[in-house]
Amino acid sequence: MATIREKAQEVIEEFELFDDWMDKYNYIIDLGKALPGIDENIKEDKYLIKGCQAQVWLVAEYNGGKVIYSADSDALITRGIIALLIRVLSGHAPEDIVEADMSFIDRIGLKEHLSATRSNGLLNMIKQMKLYALAFQQKK
Amino acid sequence: MPIHTDTVRKKFPILETEVNGHPLIYFDNAATTQKPDMVMDRLRTYYERENSNIHRGAHFLSQQATEAYEAARGTMQSFINAKYPYEIIFTRGATESINLVAHSFCNKFVKAGDEVLISAMEHHSNIVPWQIACKEKQADLKVIPMNEKGELRMSAFRDLLGAKTRLVAVTHVSNALGTINPVKEMIELAHEKNIPVLIDGAQATPHMTVDVQALDCDFYCFSGHKMYGPMGVGVLYGKEVWLNQMPPYQSGGEMIKEVSFKKTTYNELPFKFEAGTPNVADVLGMEAAIKFILELGHTHIAAHENDLLAYAIEKLKQLDNIRFIGTAGKRTSVVSFLFEDIHPYDTGIILDKLGIAVRTGHHCAQPIMDFYRIPGTIRVSLAVYNTRREIDLLVDALARVREMFG
Repeated sequence: MATIREKAQEVIEEFELFDDWMDKYNYIIDLGKALPGIDENIKEDKYLIKGCQAQVWLVAEYNGGKVIYSADSDALITRGIIALLIRVLSGHAPEDIVEADMSFIDRIGLKEHLSATRSNGLLNMIKQMKLYALAFQQKK
Repeated sequence: MPIHTDTVRKKFPILETEVNGHPLIYFDNAATTQKPDMVMDRLRTYYERENSNIHRGAHFLSQQATEAYEAARGTMQSFINAKYPYEIIFTRGATESINLVAHSFCNKFVKAGDEVLISAMEHHSNIVPWQIACKEKQADLKVIPMNEKGELRMSAFRDLLGAKTRLVAVTHVSNALGTINPVKEMIELAHEKNIPVLIDGAQATPHMTVDVQALDCDFYCFSGHKMYGPMGVGVLYGKEVWLNQMPPYQSGGEMIKEVSFKKTTYNELPFKFEAGTPNVADVLGMEAAIKFILELGHTHIAAHENDLLAYAIEKLKQLDNIRFIGTAGKRTSVVSFLFEDIHPYDTGIILDKLGIAVRTGHHCAQPIMDFYRIPGTIRVSLAVYNTRREIDLLVDALARVREMFG
């Protein structure tokens, strides 16, 4: 299986193919639509990462030495970016996730979605993904 | 003279900005308006030629700056037709004005078991200060409900005005819905029971003439930056009879008469409420903004903005699955909406890519979003420099959003 770094590189190369922002966002929207998300009945407050504009729910499971994430959002662009984050981070060992370099978000031109003013829960979602990994790492 | 937008827009250099390769379309005026040349020039002139601390030095610059500052107070006084200049207190903005009253008025006049009355459509800045003050005093915060159109329910308001009500604090114009509340009637009803009324006018002063004596309100608050002036400056108007009885809000220099380590006597109005070195430059900038508004004329500004609002609603109606939030009979300059099938955040992102600045989210008025059970809205808020052409471009952009997400 590819490493986190390899998967991030794959995403960067994919995004290099887009000529303009419309294509890029259409792709993100498609990713958002395809994300399985999480069941309505487990959209509980304890999984909720509140944003001023969009909400994110994040669930993490620890299975066979690997962290498996599932997540959801009420906004489609946010869901698309979540899909990218899950694709890169999910299924890896906690220590690799804790150390993961997330600069690929910047490289694919989506840094604006992580700014505090967007307040869509994504920035906190990345923090929360790493916090889960850290917790699983310490339980080991 | 009717508004000629080409001429007006020339005074706002920021409107020439390009965003993502598109000319900026600025529809976030209820958050803050852009500033005309004359406001920026005023700030520069002050720091270049007049800067000095006021009400203190006997020297030439200090005297000149003091005179300019007090003249600006006079401009604010006539802008809202206050009876006396000392009923104008300079603050950092409407939020601080409300905090001042919540702190100082409640300190003096509110006790355990009393009630303060606000409305269901308040901005957080006209909710939280009262919550804190009521909690401190063990008083109750009551809320005037609204109907589905976003209008206050006046019969409920009448019922809520009771023997325990110490103050009514209500917005003149809703920032999220654009509703113009019937504040004159509300003040009359409250006064029948000797209850004073504070009006949050932050969203009103850019769009309409305000006469505090005709309204007979007890307090009126507004911000410079929402009416073409600088950020960080605003006004609290208070009737002399209240301000004289209220204790100081903050303390320091300027607000004192005599200080010894045993006792301090406070200065008279308005200085009692203006502790520390005031924000002279921005007060003068706000004065320049008022001159800008008065030169155009509130009547012409309102006519232009109402025309744009009607045009925007008419055009937006033609989009599929659009839902308007706030359809009050009397409203101004704000149209709030969302697509039933597209999250407002998604819409906002695409509009931004197309150079259109709108506000998405809850607009610091979460209770309103809870009321309508929606995650937020897209708010288009208009100002004097906006045009019909910009609305056409907005509608085209929204059609594109529908193509992308629909």
